Amino acid sequence: MNALSIRNLEKRYPNGVYALRGIDLDVAEGEFFALLGPNGAGKSTAIGIIASLVNKTAGQVSVFGHDLDTDLAGAKASIGLVPQEFNFNQFETVIQIVLNQAGYYGIPRSRARERAERYLKQLGLWEKRDVVSRELSGGMKRRLMIARALIHEPRLLILDEPTAGVDIEIRRSMWRFLEDINRRGISIILTTHYLEEAESLCSTVAVINHGRIVEYGTVSELLHKLNYETFVLNVRGSVTGLEPVEGYSMTARLDGALEVEVPKDTGINRLFEALSEQGVEVLSMRNKTNRLEEFFMRLVEDQRRDAA
Amino acid sequence: MAYGDSAIPTTWWRNWVAFQTILIKEVHRFARIWVQTILPSAITTGLYLLIFGNLIGDRIGVMDGFTYMDYIVPGIIMLSIITNSYGNVVSSFYGTKFQRHIEELLIAPVPNWLILAGYVCGGVARGLTVGVLVTIVAAVFTDLELAHPLLVVLIAILTATVFAIGGFINAIYAKSFDDISIVPTFVLTPLTYLGGVFYSISLLAPFWQGASLLNPILYMVNAFRYGFLGVSDIPVAVAFALIVVFIVGLGGWALHLLNRGTGIKS
Repeated sequence: MNALSIRNLEKRYPNGVYALRGIDLDVAEGEFFALLGPNGAGKSTAIGIIASLVNKTAGQVSVFGHDLDTDLAGAKASIGLVPQEFNFNQFETVIQIVLNQAGYYGIPRSRARERAERYLKQLGLWEKRDVVSRELSGGMKRRLMIARALIHEPRLLILDEPTAGVDIEIRRSMWRFLEDINRRGISIILTTHYLEEAESLCSTVAVINHGRIVEYGTVSELLHKLNYETFVLNVRGSVTGLEPVEGYSMTARLDGALEVEVPKDTGINRLFEALSEQGVEVLSMRNKTNRLEEFFMRLVEDQRRDAA
Repeated sequence: MAYGDSAIPTTWWRNWVAFQTILIKEVHRFARIWVQTILPSAITTGLYLLIFGNLIGDRIGVMDGFTYMDYIVPGIIMLSIITNSYGNVVSSFYGTKFQRHIEELLIAPVPNWLILAGYVCGGVARGLTVGVLVTIVAAVFTDLELAHPLLVVLIAILTATVFAIGGFINAIYAKSFDDISIVPTFVLTPLTYLGGVFYSISLLAPFWQGASLLNPILYMVNAFRYGFLGVSDIPVAVAFALIVVFIVGLGGWALHLLNRGTGIKS
C-alpha cells in the first residue's frame, strides 16, 4: 500500500491563479521522499492539501488508503505535519503544546505523558518542557514541532523545510533522528532547499515547478540525467589567459581557482594533461555544488528558458 | 517502539478527549490571565452598584416594586456574562488564528462541530465564572433572592452560549485585532446598555418601547431578571424561545463557516 497517492490534484485560487495543475504522485510505504522545487512552485500548497489546511479544487488524495473526501479522520490520523512556519501557541509551555496535540487525536493524558517524555528526550527538549515556547531558540522550536507531529505516532510524517535556519550541528542531529524513525517504519516526505539534505536522506525525489511535477524518480535515476558536472579546481599557477581545452568549458574564478564543466561520460585525465602542458598544477578539486543541487538548478533553468 | 501500530481510539472516545482538551485549554487560558479576564468585571460591577445602586439609586426610588439596587443587579450580572462569554471566544479564537495554532486542530481528526463546541463551552465557562463572581460582589451590596433559581441558571447558560457563538463568528471573520473590538464596542455595548439593564422599558415613550423590542438583549436581561425578581417586561417563554432560535441560527452559521474554511483555510 502506498503511504500517499495523489491523482490529478489541482488548486486554483479565487483570483484564477493555479498553484497546482493536476499533479500525480505516489509515495511508497516506508519511503524517505523529497519534494523539491523553487519558491512558489506549489510544494507547500500540495502539503497543505494533504494535511487538510488548504481546500483542493479538484483531484484525489489518499493516505494509507484513507481518501481525504470519504475518510478524512482516517487520513488525518495517519499524518504528522511539521510545517514551515512556527505555528504553536507562544504562551504555552513545551509540554502543554505536545500534550494538547495528543488530546486532539484522542490520546488519553497518561499515555500522552509517556510519549511526550520519550519524544522530548529523543529530541533534546525534555529539560525545556516547562519553558514557555516563545523563549526557545529557533532550533528548539523546530524540534518541538517534530515532537508535536510525532505524538500520535503517525505512519506518514511530512516535514516542510524542517531545518531552515538551524545550525549545522543541530541539522545533522535532526537528520540522524529522521533517518532513525524512517528505519523504524515511518514514511517521510521532506521539502527542503538544502539539496544536500535531500541527496543524503531521501531515496526518491519529485521536483515540482509551476504547479506541475517535472521530474520524478530515485536519486540515482535523476542524477543519471545530469549531463554535466561542475568542478572547482584549486591550482598553482595563473588561470587567466589559459588556452581552451576541447570538450571542457573552463572559467577563471576571482579567487584564483578554475571552474570546469565536465560533460557526462567524459573523463578528466585529458583535462589534467592539458592544464599541466600549460604550466598549471592541480592541487585539489571538488564539486561546485552537490550533484542533486546541480541537477535541480539546471532543471529549473531549463524550465525558465522554455517558459520564456 | 514501532511506529504506526498505535491503537486507533473509537470515534466517540477520541472526540470526548479532544473536547476535554480544548475546553481545559480554554479554561486554563482565562484562568492564567485572571487579572485581565476575571477581575475587571468584579471591579466594574462593584462601581456600578456603588454609584448607580447605592448613591444614585436611593434618589430614583422604587422600580417595578423593587429598590433600584435590587432592580439593576440581574441586568448587571447578565451584562458581565454577555461581555465575558463573547470576549473570551473572540479573543481566544482570533489569537489561535493569528498565531496559526488553529492548524494544530485542523490537521487533527477533530470534527468542526467539536471545535465550535469546545470554544463555545470555554466562553460559557468564563461567562459563568464571572457571573458567579459578580453575584458574590452584588451580595455585598444587597440581599439577593432568587424567585426561580433554575431559570436563572438556564438563562445564564443559554445567553452565554449565544454570545460565545457570536464571538466565534466574529473571530472567524476578523482579519486584525481591530476587527475583534469593533463589534463589542459599537454593537454589543450599546445594545446591552439599551437592553433594559438599568431601566424598565415601561419608562420609555411608546415608539422607543417598540424599538427596544428589536433588541435581543432586552429579552435575555428580562428573562434573567424574572428568575431573580419574578418581574419582566417581556413574556419569559418568548425570551426563552428567542434565545434558542439564536443559538440554533448562530450555531448553524458558525458551523457553515468552519466547514467552508472561511478565514482559516485558503
